Amino acid sequence: MLELRKDIFADERDDNLKEIGKGTQRQDMLGHITGTSSYFNDHQLQGMLHLKVVRSTQAHARLRRIDTTDAERSAGVRRIIRGADVPVNLNTLLSLINFGKDDEPSLAVDKVRYKGEPILAIVADSEREAFEAIAKVRIDYEPLPTVFDVEDALKPGAPVVNETYPKNAFIYHDVYDHQRLRFGDADAALATADHVLEQRYQMSPIEHAPTETNGAIAAPDTNGRYVVYTSTQALFFSVDTCAKILDVPSNTFHFIGGTVGGGFGGKVDTLTEPLAILGAMLTGRPVRYVFGREEEMQYGPPRGAERIYIKDGVMRDGRIVARKIRAYFDSGAYTRLSSYAAVKCAAHLPGPYTIPNVYGDVYCVFTNRTPATAMRGFGVTAMDFAIECQMDKLANLVGMDPMEFRILNAYRDGDMKAHRREAKNTALIECVQVAAEKAKWPIRDEFKRASSRKDGGGSRAAIPPTPTDSSRARPTPVQQRTSYDRAPVTATREPPRDPPPPAPPPPPPRPAAPSHGATRFSSVFGTRRR
Amino acid sequence: MTRHRGRGMASINYPIGMNLGGDPSQALVHSNPSGKFTVALSSIDLGQGMKSVTRQICAETLGVPVEDVYVDTADSDTGPHCMGSFASRGTHRVGNAVMAAAREARGVMMEAAAEELEVNAADLETDGRGNIHVKGAPHRSISTKDVAIAAQFKQGKTISGRGIFLVPLSDVDPETGEMSPATCYAHACLVAEVEVDDETGEVAMVRMDSAYELGRALNPRLVEQQLVGGAWMGVSHALYETPEPYYPDPVHGPRDFVEYLMPGPGDICPHDIAVLERPAPDGPFGAKGPGEMCANPVLPAVANAIFNAVGVRIDDLPITPEKVLRAIKAQGGARPQARR
Repeated sequence: MLELRKDIFADERDDNLKEIGKGTQRQDMLGHITGTSSYFNDHQLQGMLHLKVVRSTQAHARLRRIDTTDAERSAGVRRIIRGADVPVNLNTLLSLINFGKDDEPSLAVDKVRYKGEPILAIVADSEREAFEAIAKVRIDYEPLPTVFDVEDALKPGAPVVNETYPKNAFIYHDVYDHQRLRFGDADAALATADHVLEQRYQMSPIEHAPTETNGAIAAPDTNGRYVVYTSTQALFFSVDTCAKILDVPSNTFHFIGGTVGGGFGGKVDTLTEPLAILGAMLTGRPVRYVFGREEEMQYGPPRGAERIYIKDGVMRDGRIVARKIRAYFDSGAYTRLSSYAAVKCAAHLPGPYTIPNVYGDVYCVFTNRTPATAMRGFGVTAMDFAIECQMDKLANLVGMDPMEFRILNAYRDGDMKAHRREAKNTALIECVQVAAEKAKWPIRDEFKRASSRKDGGGSRAAIPPTPTDSSRARPTPVQQRTSYDRAPVTATREPPRDPPPPAPPPPPPRPAAPSHGATRFSSVFGTRRR
Repeated sequence: MTRHRGRGMASINYPIGMNLGGDPSQALVHSNPSGKFTVALSSIDLGQGMKSVTRQICAETLGVPVEDVYVDTADSDTGPHCMGSFASRGTHRVGNAVMAAAREARGVMMEAAAEELEVNAADLETDGRGNIHVKGAPHRSISTKDVAIAAQFKQGKTISGRGIFLVPLSDVDPETGEMSPATCYAHACLVAEVEVDDETGEVAMVRMDSAYELGRALNPRLVEQQLVGGAWMGVSHALYETPEPYYPDPVHGPRDFVEYLMPGPGDICPHDIAVLERPAPDGPFGAKGPGEMCANPVLPAVANAIFNAVGVRIDDLPITPEKVLRAIKAQGGARPQARR
């Protein structure tokens, strides 16, 4: 049951709209309920072949020998694709926005870093024949030590999972193995708090469990183009990733998608499209590559696990004076998107509360498990679990009602947030009040009268003095080279080191790399700054 | 054996769009000669209702009935660039792009109508039912169909518009984490009531009450679909799901829906939802995005309710019967807290 509380914030809205605010039936409703909406897998093309991958049985091993002699002779096999057949067999998803280093092959070459990592792709007349050929591939593994725990992975001497990041941690701003958040002096405030509570929280990985598994069908088209039916959640993200991996201009592809059987973040990684297209390129036939349910659950990327330590200082009257957080994102064997989520997580601290001293370190850590990716609430869901369980414990500790405790500490319009931007358009207090009302959970009048629009700002708008390690020398970040890069873009904030030459030479041409689009994402987050 | 009831709550906020911005989306809107509009996008409808919400935004902005608009998504040859359908960015980012495109198309439509009616375009308004008329003089009117025909075949005008929406990319300070992560935030508070069996450790959901603040509910039915479904995903995350049940030990991974547990129809409970609307200054008609955040308050609210019921804190997700039972045994039995 849904009730619209039009009485709240009514003075901020114009409710005289004609189409907005109506519960109009979905444009695609009839198609969905009658089973006539078209999904990628409804495009069964004439002469279509089927691609399946050979997956590593080991979590961490060197590949001594891959013997495909019997598999090649297996019935129905059209083509066996190896890492060497992939034009650019190293990529990281966010290279499209210039964040992170290429660290993941489409097909493993000399080493596997997680159980289930693709090593070969087999294209056959039917899925059954592809599976039969897979059973005939012989791989000689040399097992390597593994690491599965994020904190173990950061210890000196831990097995190196991913040589691109030899310390098993993503590198932020070319300096730190974590993203920092510093606001005020949390340690000093903890020392003067009436109570200090330190706790550990853990979220295990979670599967997206879409009804439709990841998949793509690629077919040769006229003019050397390929049409690709796909389940992707991000059409151009997938187009550009394929253009990079297959080393062709992005308009080689005509991607068609748009109706997807559930994503939740699990269909951003572009895992099936590059191999399906490569299969079509190598055989000249349409090629279908779809995950089975076991592949989707175990080797398709999950929401990554997170481990979170929170140390809070709270006063007897219920005011939280300090919050110190250390969080570890388990990225699995490769980066995918966890590196991005860690920054988002740091921005989210300390939750929707005004706390004068906040300290956060968020790590993105590599372990020998299936690479993690985005999922609904990315970077925030586990942190909210930790923060809100902690809030309940703190309320208990100081003997306050948990609703009133939230309202007391809630952020309000005009407050300074820990990432140093003013809070605006806030509504946490009103949500707590309405939820309490609906649940018939009694709260005292003074808390019923509180408002997000009152009593914020003022001293709560100040940025407190913050001790940092700013004296530490930082090397100039190295320009990352990605498929979007044409010319290095000078950071606008940085004064030029040398006077600009009268006629700057044109940037060196990169004939080997096709230019997909432009430098449109070039100035990107984190690593490029300063 | 006793079943203990308990209530817990949690409140949260959630950033709308990709963290730090820098995630553009584009839209193209054009009319056919009968005054019917097509919105071309490359954005994806994952089932959340992307096509429908952008259709309503386009219709409202153009001032035409929703039936006169269709949204075509996700063809890389016809749809302009969109970063993708994730990060709660569909309504906010794509919605804004569609609004900008529809505004431009509306401008041409009003100019064409003005020429036909021989008045100033500024004096015209749409009635939302397919007509354009002079303000205060509804009889001086022309249908959008006649305007489209005139524009196309008589005036040689294209009733079309282009739109893009981009929140400029923010820097991040390596030392302090100073940054502009998002331009607006959605909010929520949820109360969960559970029943915990102290013999089996099983947790049953009894009811949920919640308040979600979403800027504006552009389509309340779609919002309801998101919030109801999202809350169940939250319950599932709290109590059931993981592909690594003994994390960090990667053993006993489930391979199908027999081994991977999720709540079934018998496990659901009533969920009473209130929606608050504090318009985001930069949202399309003030909208934020309900997509991701609706699951988030459920996980801690359920954990806090379990504590209220039996006095144990389970800080490791998912909260399986095994963990609950072990914790109850470790503290020497259930210790129900003060009833709320």
